[in-house]
Amino acid sequence: MTVEIGHFALILALLVSLVQMVVPAWGARVGDGRLMAVGGSAAIGTFVLVLIAFVMLADAYVRSDFSVLNVWANSHSAKPFIYRLSGVWGNHEGSMVLWVLILALFGAAVAVFGGYLPATLKARVLCAQASISLAFLVFILLTSNPFERLSPAPMEGRGLNPILQDPALAFHPPFLYAGYVGFSMAFSFAIAALIEGRTDAAWARWVRPWTLAAWMCLTLGIAMGSWWAYYELGWGGWWFWDPVENASFMPWLAGTALLHSALVMEKREALKVWTILLAILTFSLSLMGTFLVRSGVLSSVHAFAVDPKRGVFILAIMTIFTGGGLALFAARAAELKQGGLFSPISREGALVLNNVLLATATGTVLIGTLYPLALEAVTGDKISVGAPYFNLTFGPLMVPLLLALPFGSFLGWKRGDLRAAAERLLVAAGVALVAVVLAFAFMVPGPWAAPLGLALGVWVLAGAVWEVLFRARLGRADAGEVLRRLANLPRSAWGTAAAHAGVGLMVIGIVATTAWQSERIVAMKPGEKTSIAGYTLAFHGIDSGRGPNYSEDRGRFTVTRDGSPVTELFPAKRLYDAPRQPTTEAGIHVALGGDLYVVLGDAQKEGAFAVRLYFNPLVRLIWIGAVLMFIGGALSLSDRRLRVGAPRKSRKTVIVPAE
Amino acid sequence: MTRKQRRLAFILSGLLVIGVAVGLVLFALSGTITYFKTPSDLADNPVQVGQRFRLGGLVASGSVKRGQSLDVEFEVTDTIKAVPVVYRGVLPDLFREGQGVVAEGRLDESGRFRADTVLAKHDETYMPPEVAKALKEKGVKLGEGATHPGSPAGTARQ
Repeated sequence: MTVEIGHFALILALLVSLVQMVVPAWGARVGDGRLMAVGGSAAIGTFVLVLIAFVMLADAYVRSDFSVLNVWANSHSAKPFIYRLSGVWGNHEGSMVLWVLILALFGAAVAVFGGYLPATLKARVLCAQASISLAFLVFILLTSNPFERLSPAPMEGRGLNPILQDPALAFHPPFLYAGYVGFSMAFSFAIAALIEGRTDAAWARWVRPWTLAAWMCLTLGIAMGSWWAYYELGWGGWWFWDPVENASFMPWLAGTALLHSALVMEKREALKVWTILLAILTFSLSLMGTFLVRSGVLSSVHAFAVDPKRGVFILAIMTIFTGGGLALFAARAAELKQGGLFSPISREGALVLNNVLLATATGTVLIGTLYPLALEAVTGDKISVGAPYFNLTFGPLMVPLLLALPFGSFLGWKRGDLRAAAERLLVAAGVALVAVVLAFAFMVPGPWAAPLGLALGVWVLAGAVWEVLFRARLGRADAGEVLRRLANLPRSAWGTAAAHAGVGLMVIGIVATTAWQSERIVAMKPGEKTSIAGYTLAFHGIDSGRGPNYSEDRGRFTVTRDGSPVTELFPAKRLYDAPRQPTTEAGIHVALGGDLYVVLGDAQKEGAFAVRLYFNPLVRLIWIGAVLMFIGGALSLSDRRLRVGAPRKSRKTVIVPAE
Repeated sequence: MTRKQRRLAFILSGLLVIGVAVGLVLFALSGTITYFKTPSDLADNPVQVGQRFRLGGLVASGSVKRGQSLDVEFEVTDTIKAVPVVYRGVLPDLFREGQGVVAEGRLDESGRFRADTVLAKHDETYMPPEVAKALKEKGVKLGEGATHPGSPAGTARQ
């Protein structure tokens, strides 16, 4: 019965979002406040209904109700609770319900927190948001119904792909979706602004926290995916430039640009038209990501089911929203008032450079991702565009961006002084120089450019740290004063510094692990030893064992360094019960300097096993950097001046002294 | 600088960046892409020795031979033609006879394909779409609902 309730709730949600789309927009047109107010209640109603549908589906999964087709196809009663739950979004239908749930959540958030928004703007934002929900609800109900029954009900389900049964991957899709869908807020606000024909700093102040929140989720979601791929796929790599990875990376790049241009708009009322365009493009890229991943045009594990009807449907949704948004932009952008003047050498100028480079980089990733599809459609040739392409195009564009980044933070708004900024950055440059010298001295074998890349990361990191210290007047005031100033720095300043430091750490990690990774493949018999990167590994043999829903052959290795014991590693090959599928579990020794990564391969002749060893120097910094970016975003979001609802609070503080 | 000059400066610097990017893209696309071929494609249009490409098809039944140390030899077939492949290293979990596979590498003088990577994708019901499509074009029948040959309709997972 419960899934029927879910199905019914989803249909009701469709009708309510239809109301949410039409009524407030009509109210805004005729200037009727009561009609506009319908939007808020409808948005909350849509959210509650989609939530009911989602909970009903989750309930069917948790209870392992195999009379539901979707549950039977993707779950198994022997799975641990957490994976029965994550199974809800481990398949196409369920993940689309999650998509709409997050979308409705954002819509409800506008209704709840948007009290001080101008009534017409709020009504139009809700209308735009509802149109997106509507499109996806129709899509789910017509092509991807998760509530379909199966009769007679089988005793047991088919199970979830074992490589998806993993804690990092359980939460990878929700974060990724929160990111994708969060950008719909920027899109809806852009559409509303274009319909209204005006934008101002208040608009940017509203859009930026939502974009920031979406960007934070996307950052974490991508990082989780990369981390998972690193330890689960057993290839020792952390990013493969796979089209599906690119599909999430493009909105991230565009969203990063949007964050920075919205900053200019908020502070200086400049770059208005560009910011609006970027908001439309960022969400379009999110939709494209959904299309690429869900339609099955890509060869990837993410393409759950290859159903042409679905692909065409999502393509239509994408075309309508991207095309419609851009058409509206073309028609109305000219009416938006131009913003303030600024010199090219200024904080704004630096942020423009950031935007130009990030947008171009997004473009190169887009071309690399779509070119194989286009070529196959036109000539029938099947090709693949891999890492070499992206390293050649994306890499060089990041160099000027990273070089310029610390300067941006030290330039003033409106008109900056490049020389003064350079003088202030001498400390960071010095640190980066020391890093180059050290890298050349101690890390001899490796590409010649690697120490320079490393220095680039150190430069960004040192620039971010120095920015905070400089603002606290380190070296120019006594210690007490410095501490007092540090404590009084606005959280957004800490947030910026943390996020930029995260970028620096990530660059260091990427360069180090790419340039100085060592890899060995050997055949080992029990009792034999091998060594890599200063570690010695002794192989003791294979033990067979059982897990909750798999059996495994586990290799036993003891690791020593210079004769003293370091750790034991247990790389394994698992065979899951349902579906019967083998997986590889890498044995990883985590250390500050780098990871020792061991993979157990096939049995060879005479009792030997293939063993693959990697040493990945500083690879942890990649994910630590991403987490630091997330923390930076959170700090910035918690800043009073940015907090949602802040203007209402400041109004209160004005009233207090008057009493 | 006047407003106009400033705008011009911004536009020119933007165009400069885009110009550099277009140059990089064209250069990279001309040098780094790899073509996908099936054994029949290879027979119809021979590829030069040393030219890098991806070979896709099924691992021919009974063809997998393990040699000294970590060398593996097998044949990739599209059921019409077959190409011998040599690989050294650890094969993916889902590498099995009769399964779809994509190998990347080069042909050597003796006509064998020297692979440096072998991909068998993440799910056992999963066949790389390039392979599935290429096989379909060659008229190889796949069971209904199954994504690899030999698997009965609808019950691909069990």
